[in-house]
This record gives sequence, C-alpha cells and structure tokens, in this order.
Amino acid sequence: MADGSVHQSARDRAYSSTDRVGRCRDQRTSVRTTALAYFERLRAEDPVHYCANSVFGPYWSITRYNDIMAVDINHQVFSSEAALGGIAILDQGADLRLPMFIAMDPPKHDQQRKVVSPAVSPANLERLEPLIRERACAILDALPRGETFDWVDRVSIELTTQMLATLFDFPFEQRRKLTWWSDVGSCIPGPGQVVETEEQKLAELMECLVAFTELWNQRVNAPPTGDLISMLAHGEATRNMSPEEYLGNLILLIVGGNDTTRNSISGSLYALSKNPDQFAKLRANPELIPSMVSETIRWQTPLAHMRRTALEDIEFQGKTIRKGDKVVMWYVSGNRDDAVIDNPNAFIIDRERPRTHMSFGYGIHRCVGNRLAEMQLRVIWEEILKRFPVIEVMGEPDRVPSPFVKGYLNLPVRIPA
Amino acid sequence: MPVITYVQHDGAEHRVTLPVGVSLMQGAISNNVPGIDADCGGACACATCHVYVDPAWMGRVGERGAMEASMLDFAEGVRETSRLACQIKIADEHDGLIVRLPEAQH
Repeated sequence: MADGSVHQSARDRAYSSTDRVGRCRDQRTSVRTTALAYFERLRAEDPVHYCANSVFGPYWSITRYNDIMAVDINHQVFSSEAALGGIAILDQGADLRLPMFIAMDPPKHDQQRKVVSPAVSPANLERLEPLIRERACAILDALPRGETFDWVDRVSIELTTQMLATLFDFPFEQRRKLTWWSDVGSCIPGPGQVVETEEQKLAELMECLVAFTELWNQRVNAPPTGDLISMLAHGEATRNMSPEEYLGNLILLIVGGNDTTRNSISGSLYALSKNPDQFAKLRANPELIPSMVSETIRWQTPLAHMRRTALEDIEFQGKTIRKGDKVVMWYVSGNRDDAVIDNPNAFIIDRERPRTHMSFGYGIHRCVGNRLAEMQLRVIWEEILKRFPVIEVMGEPDRVPSPFVKGYLNLPVRIPA
Repeated sequence: MPVITYVQHDGAEHRVTLPVGVSLMQGAISNNVPGIDADCGGACACATCHVYVDPAWMGRVGERGAMEASMLDFAEGVRETSRLACQIKIADEHDGLIVRLPEAQH
C-alpha cells in the first residue's frame, strides 16, 4: 500500500510463501512496501534468517531492531572491509573495489573518518545554515504555480546538490555533475540503468576522479580551508591517499551527502501527502518540524540495509554464523519492529521518541552527516510552510531500482496558482 | 536518593533526584532535562548522551569502557572528562554529582 503500511494482500502472500522469504528476487528490485510483509514475517518467525540461494549468493538477514544494533556495534566480529565484500548486499567487484572509510575497519577507518568529520561539526553547521536557508528560499521561490512538475528534480536534488557543491567548494555551475556521479556511484550497471556496463561505470568514475584531482591540486597548494577537499588534501591521515582511495572517499561523501537526504526530502512530502491528518498537524504546529524530520527518516529508511562479513564463527540468537558469511542488517525492517517502536507502520510526526530509529546505523560507522541531513530537511520545511498552504502530489513516484538505496526517481506535484 | 545536577551549555541548572541503579542518561530523559538525545536508548551505540563530568567527580564515576571509548572517539568536543551518560549507573556515592552538557549532541 502506497502509504507505507502493510497491506493485507501483501501480508497473505508473505505468510503463504515458502521459498521466497527474505530473498531479493532481482538485484534491481527496490525494497517496496510489499517487502515489509516479508520482513514482518521474518521478525516473527525467523529473525536471523539464512538465505542459501539468491542472486547475491548466500546471506544472513538480520531483521529485528535489537539484533541489528548488536551486529552494528560488534565491529570486531562483523567487518565492513571492502576486500571481504564491503557494506552492501551486492559484493563489490574486484575491479570496482573503491576503498572508502565506510568500508574499512579500525584503525584506518577511524583515522580517515576523523579527517572529514569537522566539515559537519555543530560549529560548521551553524555557519552553513544561513546559506542553506538562502538557497532553499531561492529554490522554492522559483517553483512553477498551477502546473505539474517533478519535486525530486526541482527541490530534492537541487537543494542537496547545492549543499554538496558548497561542502566540496566544487564549481557551482557544474554541480549537477555531482548528482550524476552520485547516481553512477550507487548504481548496479545493467540494461536501462544509469550506466549499462561495469566498464561504463568505471569510465564515468574516472572522469569524476580527474575533475576532483584538479581540485585537490588547487587546494593542496593553498592554505587549508573548511571545504572537504581541502580537509582531505591537508589531513594527516588522508594527504597521502592513493587515487583509488581518494575516489572511494569522494563517492562515499557524494552518495552519502546527496542520495539519502534527497530521498528523505522527497519521502517527507510523499508521506505527508499520504497522511493528510499529519500534514494538517504540521501546518498547525510548525514546531513539530524536527520531530517530523526524524519520523520521515525512520519511515523512509533511505538506505534499506548495511552489510557486514563475519570474521569468525559466532553464535547469534541460536544460529551459527560462520566466518566469511555475509550478514545483512535490514534497517528497513528494524525501523518497523513493533517490539521497539509503537505502531511502526504508521507515519506519526509527534511520536514520543521520534529519534528512536536505525536509519543512521549504530556504532563506529554511524552516519557522520546525520545532523547536516536533519538540518537540510528542517530548513526546507520551515520555508515550505511559510510559502505553500497546499502542495498536491499528482501521482505515484517511480522508485530507485535498488535493494540498497530506498528512494524516488520522481514525484509529480502541483502547487495551486 | 542521590541528587544530580545537570548544567546546560548556557549555564541553566537542572537538579534532579534519581533512584539508585538508573543511568545518568535515563535520569535526564525521565526528568525532561534537555540537551541529551539518547538516540540509541542506552546501548552505547550512538554517542548522543555525551556529558562532561565535573573534574572533582571524575574519581567516582568509573572509567570509560572499550565501546564507550570508541564511540567517544568520534564525538564532537571530547575532553578528558567526557563520558556517555548511558554508561554511568547512579549509586549512593553519586549524591551531589555535577555534569555539564555540550553545546549540541552530535
């Protein structure tokens, strides 16, 4: 069902199925609301589930909130290392294995993460907020009235891409290249996809590397500034990175700083339009915006999962996970676990503890940019509520065809004239 | 029961009486002391209950655990007196404890 609740027919299918439980049938299938019924059944009947055959090979599904947290914080046993397969259900191909700190274990992860984290520190965010607001206002003021347009393109992509260009101090007029590289970086090549082959993907990413190497050379020869490229070029743990490592960390920051916030901005409008009582509540109480933002990030779960690889045999909730096994933490399932979250399929903007969600992950890999994401969502909604008493969603969005990124390709909306 | 003082970044003080056995984080949440987010609910998994223990009290709150240390390693504005409030369990000897809150949880 479109509003994110679990429809009875989906539940019937999920509970009658014997062979498809926990299995993604296609690597380009998005995690749709129909999948939520399968996760509901897994949480109830086999919360730590082994899938022996899939297009991704064999893997474990961890589906309960507290179990996911236990795996996430046990980085000693559950590794993020790229060479073991990395952080997504689809193993990273050897030729496209980009080293990035999210796909590293300590101590290297810790050193590299610390180089970039000052970019999203509270002090830097405070400095950035007026600029984000100014840009949000310009984007909203330029929207057409009385005609249908694509919210994803005109608002979600535009705001997050402008932000990313600012963080990198990337040439502003070329900022859509960042969107493109983000799409390429997170895409699984195939017919009809953003790129069709691995070779194409590699070629596009090389172009990204060339452009950013130019920026690196500019920044490394200048005094340190607050932008991310300058931080990497001058940071002790990163200034001697290999080109592959530089590219890997760029793609991480581009995808992490773009895709997820983009899809949460789209998701917030979509969820509010499907729940008009909540939209009315928000309009009547704009002070609920921060709480609505957290609820959206839970409800949307912009990254459906993270993956780990077991470094040793471990007994976990009555199952034996073997060394080398692929372990998938389904955040999208944990965020709907009624053992931890009341009425989890409902979108309720004034929940008692809206920050109780796992969309940012837990432990040492917890999202470094979470406060920046929340701030962008808060600012855009503060400005939306000042301007538009009505935004109509005109049709169903197309979804990103990925089991990893949970998002929207488009969202047709209309603002009355 | 021990009386604990939480001092906000702006200097505002919240003095609360806590039962022995609850965590310093739970004590803040259940008494609506602002400035502690506690996103993970006390699992030492997020570092959003970061506090600075008054230096005079450092000897009585124990040491950071291993996981706590690695979470604090990524927190903002960490000092020697930094702790995660979810990892300090209130005991009788904590009567009078003073902790200060950072500008923001991160």
